[in-house]
Amino acid sequence: MKKYLLIIAAAFVMISGCVKDDEFLSTDPKDLLTDDAVWRNPDLVLSVLADLYNRYPEQQTITNWAEFTNFDEAFPSESGQYWRSKQVDYPYDWWNIWDYGYIRDLNLFVQKCQAANELAADVRARFVAEARLLRAAIYFEEVKRMGGVPLIREPMEYNFSGDPTYLRHARAKESDIYDFVISEMDTVKTVLPDDAGIKSRATKWLALAMQSRAALYAASIAKYGVSTPSVSLPGGEVGISADKATAYYQKSLAAAQEIISSNKYSLYKKKAEDLEENFAALFYDKANNPEVIFAQDFKLKSGKTQEWTILNQPWSSAEEQQGGRMNPSLNLALLYEKLDNTYSPFATNNGNDYVYYNDPKDIFAGRDARLGGTIILPGTKFKGVPLDIWAGVMYWKDGKYNTITGDNFGDLDSIPVAGAPKSSQVVGDDGPIDGLQFSAQTGFFVRKFMDPAVGSGQIGTRSDVWWVRYRYAEVLLNAAEAAFELEQPGLSSTYMNQLRERAGFTTPLLDADISFDRIVHERRVELAFEGHELFDNKRWRLAHKVWNGENISAEDVVSNIGKANKVNTMIYGLWGYKIFNPGNPNHNKWVYKVMKPSNVTAAHRFNLGNYYSRIGSDILSNNPKLVKNPNN
Amino acid sequence: MKKIFGYIVLTLAAFSCKKDNYEAPSSTLSGRLTYQGVPVNVSSKDVSFELWEPGWGKSGAITVAVNQDGSYSALLFNGNYKLIIPPSQGPFRSITDAETKTDTMLLTLSGNRDMDIEVMPYYMIRDAKLELSGTAAVNSTCRLEKIIIDVNARDVETVFLYLNQTTFVDATNYIARSSLAGSDITDPANVHLSVNIPDVISGNGTTGDQDYVYARIGVKISGVEDLLFSEVQQINIK
Repeated sequence: MKKYLLIIAAAFVMISGCVKDDEFLSTDPKDLLTDDAVWRNPDLVLSVLADLYNRYPEQQTITNWAEFTNFDEAFPSESGQYWRSKQVDYPYDWWNIWDYGYIRDLNLFVQKCQAANELAADVRARFVAEARLLRAAIYFEEVKRMGGVPLIREPMEYNFSGDPTYLRHARAKESDIYDFVISEMDTVKTVLPDDAGIKSRATKWLALAMQSRAALYAASIAKYGVSTPSVSLPGGEVGISADKATAYYQKSLAAAQEIISSNKYSLYKKKAEDLEENFAALFYDKANNPEVIFAQDFKLKSGKTQEWTILNQPWSSAEEQQGGRMNPSLNLALLYEKLDNTYSPFATNNGNDYVYYNDPKDIFAGRDARLGGTIILPGTKFKGVPLDIWAGVMYWKDGKYNTITGDNFGDLDSIPVAGAPKSSQVVGDDGPIDGLQFSAQTGFFVRKFMDPAVGSGQIGTRSDVWWVRYRYAEVLLNAAEAAFELEQPGLSSTYMNQLRERAGFTTPLLDADISFDRIVHERRVELAFEGHELFDNKRWRLAHKVWNGENISAEDVVSNIGKANKVNTMIYGLWGYKIFNPGNPNHNKWVYKVMKPSNVTAAHRFNLGNYYSRIGSDILSNNPKLVKNPNN
Repeated sequence: MKKIFGYIVLTLAAFSCKKDNYEAPSSTLSGRLTYQGVPVNVSSKDVSFELWEPGWGKSGAITVAVNQDGSYSALLFNGNYKLIIPPSQGPFRSITDAETKTDTMLLTLSGNRDMDIEVMPYYMIRDAKLELSGTAAVNSTCRLEKIIIDVNARDVETVFLYLNQTTFVDATNYIARSSLAGSDITDPANVHLSVNIPDVISGNGTTGDQDYVYARIGVKISGVEDLLFSEVQQINIK
């Protein structure tokens, strides 16, 4: 009996134990989501979209600090990065981007989301609009760096015929890509929410801000491209004809004015009692920030945090054995005007003698509050700890000043003067010490985006300060520039003076004061370390003039301040020294010297071929329809 | 037994690799960029031309850099190449090739080959004379001959006189220079420049006990990125 039972059971197992082959191979996967599952659930669609947001293209950002040190805004105080200030030519393949993987994913998202009938119509429309905005953003980035690229708006499929040549597309005109970005923004702005409280997803206002920026870029390339006729291609893939400039400027102004007149945003003025702190807080205060339009957000304890503060914290208040990497240049610091609207170098010398300051900060007094808001200056505090930035002691002996300094943070030594203490500090805890990484080798540290929260400088905690991609101040600057170019200086000065008033200026600029130099200058000081400098200089066709490969001297650095085409090829610093001269009224006062870090050996040269980055040879040989960019 | 196994492994290892199956490139292509046989001097690392060898799947150029005296050399495999000077390169235009009727030159390489490439410079610096003036200045005279005089003609933007402590003398390698705007040139056949020799010749901050400098004249042509130069000349100060 048992035997029969066993045979029957075995036969039963044989018959029913196996499923049909095709069913066996079509088991639903348990580790990934299928299209069907995703496109009926808004939460899952949102997570797909989150990935697309996460791939938003960037060039200089707080998560790749060293990119900020390639030009003239900052010196890289890390031994592995000194090559950036020793390099003459920018390689032609720098800044190139050919991200058709991302574009394809966005096209697929748009296509599939439009067909997702099981989502509520309004939810679906918002998702589609967001993806279209991101797609426009990547095309905007492509055109900024490469010029016109193939405009692909549908996901392309290969039919496995053995001949993929039909998938090859020629480059669109540069103006076509800008037109695409501008018209996409016109479409999506009617769908996207108009809630100014949304900062990390697309809104109507982001669409308008992006449109304003894109139209301004196109307009200035049309206008200033005339000065560099060799930066163009006969097919229009690079270069925009000059007659289009006015229409683009008008579009840029109109988009900016729509944001301004909505009154949804305003300049950040929560800490009006301290304008420097106010300007710094604009970037780290994430609660009801009225100025930020679009940001890449971070969150503590979520895995998505950033280390800007760890990398750049001053040694004196560092929470790890590192920091101080980005040292803003004197070239940048000099741009911040005195409060009477005049440009002036920092007063270091009075005839043949030095200017003596009672406090290290005094040399920076009476200037644009954005100076202290952007740069950590000697004599100020960070996280409540006073900075200790000074390069050495100048002691009076044998009828002249001699200098003594140390070679490590806060070194002690004995000043070789009779009556001096046996051992005293001869260099600041923060440097500057030439060639010592993490010290303030230009005499400055960066303040923008630095997180004042305790723990932000610890590797175990990191920071959740966001990366601001679009903010209201830029919209005002776009409007000011477009209005100026459209010969409406009155309107231009109105917008610009709002920014300047927030920075502590009491005398507004007059209409007659508005010039191209002023526009360039205001953008540089307001938007320093926000990733604008390279692309602004490219679109104004200034890059090959300001980075022309010619050496500059200390006198060159402090002259011609505020000129748009001032040569700015080498980074300089400003070092403070403590005077040791007992019995003299200048004892314990401070003097400053302009100096060049010894690791700045080369003058940067931006060649005409750098205006539009090189398209890789593998891309060119895959698609013979592509034309090469000019001059590279 | 184990020992034998060990020997077998060793023998196999010794014989398992063959020699590389490609010879290294061994043919040298060298020559100069010339105009009517006279070398065209350029800056030290800015000018290059491209060699393309068709027939190898994905195409990519071999970039050949031109030295500051206009000479070049490249170590290549034997084969058929296309030579092209990209339009943005150098203070000159390429000459339409008689064979291809374009700016592309066909080139067959088998063994070493010495070949000058004729180009059409916008200008030539003729009779450049650089000499010490007194003890602390270098004077130069030269004649600027305009070579391209048709619709493609360009004006001179600036003429420079550069000094450097090494033999590399150009727009990014100099310790002193003077300049003369093209609009201020009254007689192109007689262009004078003078530059003071810095007190310390070494640009790197160490004391300058070097008693000679190198000098040459550079011409910036408007709308052309690369400068045209005269030959580098050593100037003895003492």
